[in-house]
Amino acid sequence: MNLTLKVWRQPNSDAKGSFVNYPAQNISPDMSFLEMLDVVNEDLVKKGEDPIHFDHDCREGICGMCSLHINGRPHGPKQAITTCQLHMRSFQNGQTITIEPWRATAFPVIKDLAVDRSAFDRIQRAGGFVSVNTGGVPDANAIAIPKPVADEAFNSATCIGCGACVAACKNASAMLFVSAKVSQMALLPQGQPERYKRVQAMVTQMDEEGFGSCTNTGACEAECPKEIKITNIARMNRDFFTAKFFKQEEA
Amino acid sequence: MKLDAKIPEGPLAEKWSKHKFNLKLVNPANKRKYTVIVVGTGLAGSSAAASLAELGYNVKAFCYQDSPRRAHSIAAQGGINAAKNYRNDGDSVYRLFYDTIKGGDYRAREANVYRLAEVSVNIIDQCVAQGVPFAREYGGLLDNRSFGGAQVSRTFYARGQTGQQLLLGAYSALNRQIHEGKVEMFSRHEMLDVVVVDGQAKGVVVRDMVTGEIETHAGHAVLLCTGGYGNVFYLSTNAMGCNVTAAWRAHKRGAYFGNPCFTQIHPTCIPVTGDHQSKLTLMSESLRNDGRVWVPKTKEIAAQIREGKVKASDIKEDDRDYFLERKYPSFGNLVPRDVASRNAKEMVDEGRGVGSSGVAVYLDFADAIKRLGEDAVRAKYGNLFDMYYQITDENPYKEPMRIYPAVHYTMGGLWVDYNLQTTVPGLYALGEANFSDHGANRLGASALMQGLADGYFVIPYTLGDYLATIGPKAVDEKHPAFAETKKAVEDRIQQLLSLKGNKTVDEYHRELGKIMWEYCGMARSEEGLKKAKKMIQDLKADFWKNAIVLGKNEEFNQSLEKAGRVADFIELGELMIDDALDRTESCGGHFRIESQTEEGEAKRDDEKYAYVAAWEYKGEGKPEALHKEELKFENVKLTQRSYK
Repeated sequence: MNLTLKVWRQPNSDAKGSFVNYPAQNISPDMSFLEMLDVVNEDLVKKGEDPIHFDHDCREGICGMCSLHINGRPHGPKQAITTCQLHMRSFQNGQTITIEPWRATAFPVIKDLAVDRSAFDRIQRAGGFVSVNTGGVPDANAIAIPKPVADEAFNSATCIGCGACVAACKNASAMLFVSAKVSQMALLPQGQPERYKRVQAMVTQMDEEGFGSCTNTGACEAECPKEIKITNIARMNRDFFTAKFFKQEEA
Repeated sequence: MKLDAKIPEGPLAEKWSKHKFNLKLVNPANKRKYTVIVVGTGLAGSSAAASLAELGYNVKAFCYQDSPRRAHSIAAQGGINAAKNYRNDGDSVYRLFYDTIKGGDYRAREANVYRLAEVSVNIIDQCVAQGVPFAREYGGLLDNRSFGGAQVSRTFYARGQTGQQLLLGAYSALNRQIHEGKVEMFSRHEMLDVVVVDGQAKGVVVRDMVTGEIETHAGHAVLLCTGGYGNVFYLSTNAMGCNVTAAWRAHKRGAYFGNPCFTQIHPTCIPVTGDHQSKLTLMSESLRNDGRVWVPKTKEIAAQIREGKVKASDIKEDDRDYFLERKYPSFGNLVPRDVASRNAKEMVDEGRGVGSSGVAVYLDFADAIKRLGEDAVRAKYGNLFDMYYQITDENPYKEPMRIYPAVHYTMGGLWVDYNLQTTVPGLYALGEANFSDHGANRLGASALMQGLADGYFVIPYTLGDYLATIGPKAVDEKHPAFAETKKAVEDRIQQLLSLKGNKTVDEYHRELGKIMWEYCGMARSEEGLKKAKKMIQDLKADFWKNAIVLGKNEEFNQSLEKAGRVADFIELGELMIDDALDRTESCGGHFRIESQTEEGEAKRDDEKYAYVAAWEYKGEGKPEALHKEELKFENVKLTQRSYK
């Protein structure tokens, strides 16, 4: 396959970026999208040009480090996969592919296609934990958890923190991400003691980071590589309002 | 220097309890006077950083990823072992200990492995308390599954992403301590050297990967939780960024390297498709619970499959060879990884491999689907099947998966004593970065167990003893060792940046990988290893002349990052070859073709090789010195491993 790439290049966070076109030649349909970029980068390096910088690590769809807005969609044209799992057989010979970084005020560009997602870390530091120290905890089977509840908590917990939900949202809202984290703990018995404190702390931090509001368009759910459900947002909102209207012991 | 493993006296089951009592404590008010540096935030690093901060120590934690949650522990799929015996199927601490020692082909320390089995039960409790959503049964209690090398079901799991859930648990504990101000977190920072002051580790030199600034950080102790070095093979199941640099720099500063040639080749990975391949993807060992491994009985049928004339599902039952079930009736498809891998290679070497390349065997779920139904199989393994489909464009519910072994884990690593301290006082290695618990072959679902055991339940005790001994006096960052080490790092970066040759760093890395896979992979011989040693030396010389490294230090520069890591991999490769040459026996994943039983299994030589090889760096261009730690087996009898 021969393709044309239209890639966002930006030397650093202060610089003004722009699109640059690169040919991608002799691409095998069995390559992953990132392997295709590797090939283009090898050519650039041989020519002495700065390779295209992008974040990536595990390349098996779980670390959440890869990002990329491909032809206007986070993680590219396919459903429920990350960019690293996207293969070139999903494209056609001769196609032009536009590659951009995540676009959000709260995710400033570091270089080219790599952005700073430390806002997500800060939100979780604000309250995304159960306050237990190492040691001195009850036996793992001391508290039975109904399987449907455990499974639902697991579904929320599969969020990989990639930021596609923010990138997909016209408001750059982080509600899907935050609500997935809030939900996991809100569903499990271990998360109950701090349930209402947690949701307030995390939402406050989310707002401070400059993410937009949710207007229920559902783009986040459609683009999430792990298919996190928008019902998490409803759950978070319910907990948030409960926390604002009632005292913890009345909730 | 004489190696002292510091294994406590007394009966096996009492060693750890007694040792904990004998270790010195740091009083609560003094703990806040100490700073501990933790490098790496995978299971070992996050759990250690969080646990130490909870105790009251100040912690500085570093990771090269943009968030600590992305460390490669995240990718572990299948599960974590623990001797809970929730199934009432005969499990116990002693059985987990025994299975691990035997699985490691009797090349691990009894005392360490017993401790690991002992604390395994606490790990599960801890994770559940943090809100880790393990798989449960309808009664609400935890579910288990089986893994290779064991006849009991002791593996706890969270669908096919146990690593992610455990790491998110440890990461949440870490976050809590960052929130409390007890941990200072440095993401996108890569450690490039250890600062050694008067023989003790007192700090690190790191590079801020965004600005390029070279920083020094001082601490009373340094914990390396930096993972394994499987990427020396270029293609592996490791993440792209996994590297040996932190461990290798520590090695050059005096930390001995233990059993570097012990590499785990995992039997069930998606086969290589072409030269463009950048990494390999694992298909969890848990699949061998329900999947059956086979190849066609004859070369002729295999050839027809390769040419695309027949499909796997068309092959009649009589024409299939379920070779693991045939050769190992009692363990069947759940033999340990080294055995399964070697057998797959044997089938391919015999010309019975499948897929268009012929370098693959089948992992077939047709029976499981018939027995349990497609939905039940999807519930257990759905995400793995999806991953397989995305990569290969083949539907594993309809046709068997094609799998082949790939580099997955390194049992070797920095030599540590029972306290997890390296040969440099104050420098510790945890998790995959150390060599300690898996001998010559790691059992499935034991890496997560070891990482968390080291971080949650071992280092909080053993580190205190060292810190109490050295006292809380602040580390003097003005000591010339800090400036000198920083200068050495800067000089090396400049040297790398001056390389303006004609070959990319990736080309060197691929070449190194080919040499290592060919000569130091699944089968090793004296002749091959000697040839490889020369090839690597030539590669190293060529790298420092002809590599291309672009850009400058003071920027986000992935070209420079990669170059530094590959340069270290090349040096490590040579040491792995030296180690493989020294060990003329076969054991676990280390298979010397000169040493095999009549049936083609790994043949150990306990008389000569019941030792840990600990290598000492002697300076640029000089051969490393070999130190031997004798392994004493007081509880298990050394036998030829049999899974028949």
